[in-house]
Amino acid sequence: MKNKSLVAIDDLSKEEIIKILDLAEGFEKNPIQNILGKTVVASLFFEPSTRTRLSFESAISRLGGRVIGFSEAANTSLAKGESFKDTILTIANYSDLIVMRHPIEGTARYASEVSPVPIINAGDGANQHPTQTLLDLFSIRKTQGTLENLNIFLVGDLKYGRTVHSLLIAMSQFGASFTFVSPQELQMPKEYKMFLDNLGLKYTEQIELNENLDKADIIYMTRVQRERFSDPLEYEKVKNVYVLRNSMLENTRPNMRILHPLPRVNEIHIDVDPNPKAYYFPQALNGVYTRMAIMASILGFK
Amino acid sequence: MKEIKLSVSAIENGTVIDHIPAQNLFKVISILGLESSDKLITFGTNMESKKLGKKAIIKIADKFFEREEINRIAVVAPHAKLNVIKDYKVVEKQVVEVPDRIEGIVKCVNPKCITNFEELKTKFNVIDKQNVALKCHYCEKITDQEHMVYL
Repeated sequence: MKNKSLVAIDDLSKEEIIKILDLAEGFEKNPIQNILGKTVVASLFFEPSTRTRLSFESAISRLGGRVIGFSEAANTSLAKGESFKDTILTIANYSDLIVMRHPIEGTARYASEVSPVPIINAGDGANQHPTQTLLDLFSIRKTQGTLENLNIFLVGDLKYGRTVHSLLIAMSQFGASFTFVSPQELQMPKEYKMFLDNLGLKYTEQIELNENLDKADIIYMTRVQRERFSDPLEYEKVKNVYVLRNSMLENTRPNMRILHPLPRVNEIHIDVDPNPKAYYFPQALNGVYTRMAIMASILGFK
Repeated sequence: MKEIKLSVSAIENGTVIDHIPAQNLFKVISILGLESSDKLITFGTNMESKKLGKKAIIKIADKFFEREEINRIAVVAPHAKLNVIKDYKVVEKQVVEVPDRIEGIVKCVNPKCITNFEELKTKFNVIDKQNVALKCHYCEKITDQEHMVYL
């Protein structure tokens, strides 16, 4: 991984994924490791994302590195009409690694081609968000003891949700089977079903949330995002359909855990929170360990 | 009448591009830059074709294409055939090969793609050679033939 950019989850082989998860496990056991020294990491958030940004910055701090950057594009020279390429080339002069989030799709790939320092994609529009996928994998492995042959329920916006698409691609390397739970309008796109067909992996689709939950090892909940709908009426119609409640969890497997990339709005009722099967807050903490592992590996310290 | 037909159909030296889907004739002309060519060019369109329904044909006098140039039309005329004419005779037949990667030529269909914002060449991986579907190297969205806009 040394000096390699991380743009998309499929940039990583199965072995590289496992190596990062192993490293993350080490950081979980020993979370303060002053290994980055005088390394400067640029954290460029061209669109606001408090959670991802703070998770990265927390990871950098725990590794003893320094952070420069911005949390919205309004204060940057882009607002003055500078090209994206010029911004990246300039900031690459000031830093050893660039972490970036951008609303325009493909920006991270482009940055990785022009930048002399490695790029970590912290989300490019609806396209890729590989560090989220890695922390999801870390959480799944930690709670299930394995990544192999699990039954994963993906719930909510499966049409536009990039986290579920990336998770599907990554888990397919470990022989997972899937259940897609979504309203008709937000079903898993055909290309992903074809992808699973080609690998001979099983999946089923259902509209009702409260069905077959006893077969799940992981229930991965996602938010139906208002900003994905051009018609606000369509959003109003589907937003309250998929709400997971504690009463639905009665017959679920003892090893089953509920994940969610957060922020949650109402799709997981707060009565689920005290249930030991609710894992979304520890999952967010795992994000820090995973990002420590990714940065330490790319910067060549691990 | 006979004379007119002859002057259209026969060229002494040059290239005949056959089996162009009729609806894509002007795209082929544009991709090959024939609009600004000073060569003698004739074309026919909406001709009967068993394979394509309606086909078009272009004849360009004193013009010979490099392999790379020809493959540029693969996205709009994947089944086109070229006859290289020398001294009124077909001396070589060439077919268009759909390449694995396409740079430039086509615009990415995704309005939120970086290639539609920044000065940079589009790049695609060809994921379907039969119906020509292109996956953007940057935003990873798929541009199919129906939605192709040419640069």
